[in-house]
Order: sequence, then C-alpha cells, then structure tokens
Amino acid sequence: MDKFISKLLFLAACSSTAILALIALFIFKEGVPIMAKTGLGHFIFSKEWSPLTGPFGIYAFIIGSLWVTFGALIFGVPLGVSCAIFLAEFAPKKWVGVLKPAIELLAGIPSVVYGFLGVMWLAPLIRNHLGGPGLSILAASVVLAIMILPTIVSVSIDAIQAVPKNYKEGSLALGATVWQSTWRVILPAAKSGILAGTILGMGRAVGETMAVIMISGNATTIPHSPLDSVRTLTANIAIEMGYAVGDHRQALFATGVVLFFFIMILNMIALRFARRKF
Amino acid sequence: MGRISPKVTERLAKITLWGAAIFTIGALIFVIGFVLAGGLKHITWAFLTEPILDMGRAGGILPAIVGTILMVFVAVGIAAPLGIASSIYLAEYTREGKMTQAIRFGINCLAGVPSIIFGLFGFILFVVMLGFGWSILSGGLSLAAMILPTIIRTSEEALRAVPASYRDVAASLGATRWQVVTKSVLPYALPGILTGVILGIGRSIEETAVVIFTAGSAVQMPTSLFDSARTMAVHFYILAREGISNDMAYATAAVLICTILVINISAYTMMHRLMKGRRA
Amino acid sequence: MSKWVSRFLCAFVSLVVMFAVQGCKRNGNAMITLAGSTAFQPFAEKLAEKYMETNKDVRINVQGGGSAVGVQSALSGAANIGMADLLKLPPDASALTSITVAKDGIAIVVQPQNPLRELTSIQARDVFSGKIANWKDLGGADQPIHVISREEGSGTRRSFDTLVLGEEKLAPGALFQNSNGTIREAVASDPFAIGYVSIGLVNDKVKEVSLNGVAPSNENVKKGTYPLSRPVFFLVKGEPTEGAKKFIDYVLSEESQKLLEKEGLIAAK
Repeated sequence: MDKFISKLLFLAACSSTAILALIALFIFKEGVPIMAKTGLGHFIFSKEWSPLTGPFGIYAFIIGSLWVTFGALIFGVPLGVSCAIFLAEFAPKKWVGVLKPAIELLAGIPSVVYGFLGVMWLAPLIRNHLGGPGLSILAASVVLAIMILPTIVSVSIDAIQAVPKNYKEGSLALGATVWQSTWRVILPAAKSGILAGTILGMGRAVGETMAVIMISGNATTIPHSPLDSVRTLTANIAIEMGYAVGDHRQALFATGVVLFFFIMILNMIALRFARRKF
Repeated sequence: MGRISPKVTERLAKITLWGAAIFTIGALIFVIGFVLAGGLKHITWAFLTEPILDMGRAGGILPAIVGTILMVFVAVGIAAPLGIASSIYLAEYTREGKMTQAIRFGINCLAGVPSIIFGLFGFILFVVMLGFGWSILSGGLSLAAMILPTIIRTSEEALRAVPASYRDVAASLGATRWQVVTKSVLPYALPGILTGVILGIGRSIEETAVVIFTAGSAVQMPTSLFDSARTMAVHFYILAREGISNDMAYATAAVLICTILVINISAYTMMHRLMKGRRA
Repeated sequence: MSKWVSRFLCAFVSLVVMFAVQGCKRNGNAMITLAGSTAFQPFAEKLAEKYMETNKDVRINVQGGGSAVGVQSALSGAANIGMADLLKLPPDASALTSITVAKDGIAIVVQPQNPLRELTSIQARDVFSGKIANWKDLGGADQPIHVISREEGSGTRRSFDTLVLGEEKLAPGALFQNSNGTIREAVASDPFAIGYVSIGLVNDKVKEVSLNGVAPSNENVKKGTYPLSRPVFFLVKGEPTEGAKKFIDYVLSEESQKLLEKEGLIAAK
C-alpha cells in the first residue's frame, strides 16, 4: 500500500516536468518548420515582418522586448529594492507585517487593469509633454515597472531578512550607522537573493502580454527613442494569432519558440543566483 | 576632505528610502482607489445578477462571474491535488538526488513560462487536438498547468517547515509513512498549503491571455464545462479596450479587485487563526 | 483535514458530473457555434441574443477569433457557421458555401479636434503609405501623422489595403491595434492619429473623413458613390444542420436585416 502511494506521488511530481516537455513539444512542432524554412539566422535577424507573403523576421520584436524589459528594470529595480530596504531595515517591525502582504496584493491585480490605467493616464501625459504617439516604450516600461514591483519588493525583503542578525549587530557594535551597515554589510550579503528577485521580475516583464499590447502601440519597426512605439515578442503572438493561418500561424508559434528560449535562459540564470546562499 | 559625513548620508538615504516606499505604496493605493472610485457607484444587485446584454453595454456580468468561478474551480480542482501530491513526494518521500533535481528543474522552468505560451499550448492541445473547443474545460486545464508550480513550491515550503519531531513521534508509534504524512505533517502544514492554493486562485482570476486563447469569450451563461465563457478579467479587457462602455468596465474591474481583496484578506485572517490555534 | 479534502473533492466531482450531464442533454441541433470575424462578432451576438429570446431551446455560441479562424473552423467543423469579412475569400474557402449576410463600410477617422475634413483617394493612399507624414501637408499643424492600422491578416485590413493602398505598402512606422473598437479608442485619444474603422462603429469620439468629397455613410455605400466597403460572409461546410439553417434564415430575414441596418451595417440585398 505504502509503495503504491509512493509511486502515485512520484507520478504527480513528474507532472510538471511532463507538462513542460509537452509545451516545448507542441510549440516546437508548430514553430520549428517555418524557422527551418526561412533559416534560423534570417528569422531572428531579419528586420522585415510581412507575415502574409513572407519574409518572417522578428528582429524588431526581439529589440522591442529588450527595450521594454530593460526600461521596466530601470524604473522598477531601484524603486523596489529601496522599498524593500526601507521595510526590512528602517520601518517599524509592525509595518512589514501589514505592508508586505499589501504590496503582494498589487501582484494580484489583473495586468489588463494596469494596461488600461496606462492608456487612460500615462499615454496622453507622455504624448502631451514629451511628444510621440504616447503609446510607447516609455509608457510600457513604467506600467511594467509597477507590475513587477511586488515581485522585486517581496523577494528582496525575504533576502534581506534572511541575512543573519549578527551581521548587522556586529556592524552596529563597531559604530557604523544603520545605513552604513545596510549598505556595506547587509546588501552585499543579500545580493544574490535580490538579483534572483530582479530576474524573476524581468521574466514577468518579458512574458507580459495583454498590458503590453494595450500600451506599446505595436508598431513593427525598430525603435529609435523611448518615445517610439514598439511590438514585443509576446504582443506579436497575441495580436496576430486571431487571423493567422498557414505559414503566418507557424511563424507566430516560432516567435513563441524564441520567447521560450529567452525565458529559459533567464530562469537558469535566476536559479543559479538563488541557489548561492551565503 | 570632500566626503559627506555619515550622518548626512544616513539622512539622505532615509529620505530616499522613505520616498521609494511612499511611491510604491502610493501606486497601490492609486490603482485600487482609481478603479474603485470609477466602479463602485455602478455596482448594483442587478449588475451582479443579470446577463450580459448588448455586448456588455447593458445588463450585468453574471455569466462572467459564473465563468470565472467555474474556470477557477476546474483549474484549482486539478492543480491543487496534483501540486500537493508533488510537494508531498518532494518533501516527504524522497531524498535529494538526480531525480529530484530533474523534477525541480521542471517545476522552476514551468514557473517562468509566460502565460501567452500556456495560451498557445492550451489552444493547440485542448482546443484543437483533443477537440474540447474554446471551453471552460480547455481554459481550466491550461490555467491548471500555469498555477501548478506555484502550488508545488508553496506547499513544499510549508511541508519543509514542519518540525522533524512531528514525523519522528508519529513514526516511533509505528505509523506508516503515509499515516505520518496525513495524520501529523499535513495538518501542521495546512495553512502554508492553503496560501499556495489561494495564490493559484488569484493568478487564475487575473489571467487574460490564457483564457482568451483557450476559453474564448462567449457572453452567454455557460451551462456545461464544454461551453465557451469569459472570465471577469476578459470581460473587463474587452469592455475597456473596445471602448464599449467605460462605466461597465470600471464596475467589472471593481468587482474583480474586491474579489481579490476579499480572497486575500480572508486567507490571511484564516491563516492567522490557524496559527494561533496551534500555539495554544 | 482529510475529511475537508474529501468533502471538497466530493463537491467538485458532483459539480463536474452535473455540468457534464447537462452538456450531454443538449442534442446537436440545439447548439449552434459561430466563429470568425471580430468585426461582425458583436452583431452576431446581438442577433443570437434576439433569436434565443424566441427560440428558448436553442443555444448559440458566438466566438471571435478572426476571419481566418472563421474559414478554418468552418472547414474543420469546429463551428457550424464561420464568419468572414473579406473582399475576396481565400482559395481554401472554395469548399465552403458562402452566404453574404451584410455589407460593412469602412470609414477613415481622425480625432474630432483634428481640422481634416476630407481626403482624395490619392491623399488617402499617400497618408497610409507614409508618403505624406506630416499634418501640415494636409493643411494642419506641423506634427507627424500617427497612422493606426489593423494587424496583418485582419479582414478589414486586407480590404482596406486593396481598396486604398493598392500596390503601395502600409507606412513602416504605423501603430497596430487588433480590433476596430481599439482603433477607434486609440484615434479618439490622439489628436494626431488617423485610422480606419467600420462605419457602424463611428461615434462622437471620432470624426469620419470624406473620401473624394463623399461622406462615408451607409446610404452612399448603397448608392455606390463611397467606395470603401466589404461583404460579410457566413461560411457553411456542406449542408448546414437544421438549427444552423434556421438561424441563417433568421439572419437574412427582413427583421434581422433591419436590425443590422439600425446597428450600422448595410443590408445584404
């Protein structure tokens, strides 16, 4: 009996890996033929995307994803990490208990709500004060930054709190101020955890779809400034899937393959950092 | 020397950190407040209990509420048993080795897969190949795949937090491993496991991309699991993006956010109570 | 704890069984699935809503997806009726019976504050192909034109490309939105944008632009003086089921056609 249960549980444990394999199998099966047909190098590095007639080149969308993601990190990481430091080291202990779950709640708000607020507020603001069409890299970056804040704050707080108490006490005993001990002692010790949180947030930014479609304008050209409109890999799939047939549909799945690799690489880097603990 | 004194740095750092914290929390209040301010006044009993009429311009959102509940039910109904079983295996039934490393790698990678990929996958496998069509079943299954890693990770953490003495005592009384797990480990880990399930519910409720790809967006009241349906998040997305009705969109978003608030807050209080009961 | 779990499982299983049984009770005739054109989807939903009011035993399931999905799902049998709004049906649709259920005009729109009132066909072509890239060339402010288009593959887009752009290609910097409604919203919020939507979707948030001096209106499309329009097809594979046939007849009935006209479409005949 116990043996049987053990087998059953083992099967359950394998399910995630099986699902991952299934996902890879199906996406690759649909996407790889067209990549082979156009040539991998051409598919990734060609700037021209004319999905009805070919050529299929997703270079502009890769660049778009990179711009938007790094934009999100530039706004999100300093803000998120500062907030985490404040809550973990400077704020009264009681605050953390209330504010951490409250911030985690931000992660539960549907991304489309963020996207909608971005379209209503941010895009007109950018268009009127900075120019361009408003639906732009800048707008998408800010919206994504707010979306990834909870992840970064929450993981960073955990990382900072995981630093042994005596590190800080030792530093304070030597006459360092709270900030000095935080900056010189605690942050270096919590570095890998914070990095892992950042990379998790990055994964979320790369993978976000609906909010990005709403706020980025979806132009197919390579952007020249943060005020230009872009299309990300995810947006390309979601926006064109409805009408795609034949090669066009395969090319969208192939976009999914590229996205899949992108994310897997990010994950592996994040895992490497997360595993390194003190 | 041009160095700023430690005291000044301390003050500067504090101001910056305060600023960052206020901004982050301000963003939270702004988003929730904005939606509630725009939506609460349009929420009536009729809004919650009437069918979607005239593409969403009139009537209520009952089909979307039912669609959401059913889809979350299917997703959690599949992912929770599977996920909890996985975590029991990882935490209680095996030692770390090549096998668990492979399993863990799968879980971690699955956790990072973007939702649009789950959407594509669900569309090809459930909607097209298995012939479920755009349906609550296809949507629920795809969502289950998406929330599975969250549930596994949280439950495993909860199981690992159970003191070893619990297992030793039960085992020394001659309990089989399964008895040890069900009778002494699981009850202790329950609050943590529930957190994982609740996180999974939250993610299913807020997801849009997966649902549009696998469950479609029919406005009618679903009467079976093979019917297409829209969730509240999808309904909001369509209303807001197509400019059908901003009032209805805000109201839908308000209901959505209230649901998420209620689920989270009740989960936290429930957990608090469970923890307290244990200490007593 | 295990009591809890088993109770939950029982409730869940019984719910699933309940729904499954209910799903089986309906026979094939009573369930009609439509899929395809997102432009026609809202109108189909409206017609379905009306039809189901009088035919309580029938359930009509309307899905979007796009015109291509309309063709594909009609071919594969995933939908009883495919919907497509294309100037010309693709070659793989030749196996399907196509029924024109309505016509839909396309209007070029700008934000109401924009002084632009009319374009010639050549100007329209040059604006959308990017040759005219600044509003001052059209007598407006010295601001770049933000062209907003449907995504590649859409029925509205294909028809617009054929009718307006001809051999030219869309402006390379154009923004994309994936439905008529979102184009309208995007144009409504940007005073320097220009886009195109179904005539039926024009409301007071956007202003339609006359083409060669003819206002985009359903009357003018019917008279043949306004050139931008496309048919909406229902696609059926082989003989439609009895239920589907009844619904198609209903859509083609005078009452429904009047309803479509009221909603902003153009009757098929």
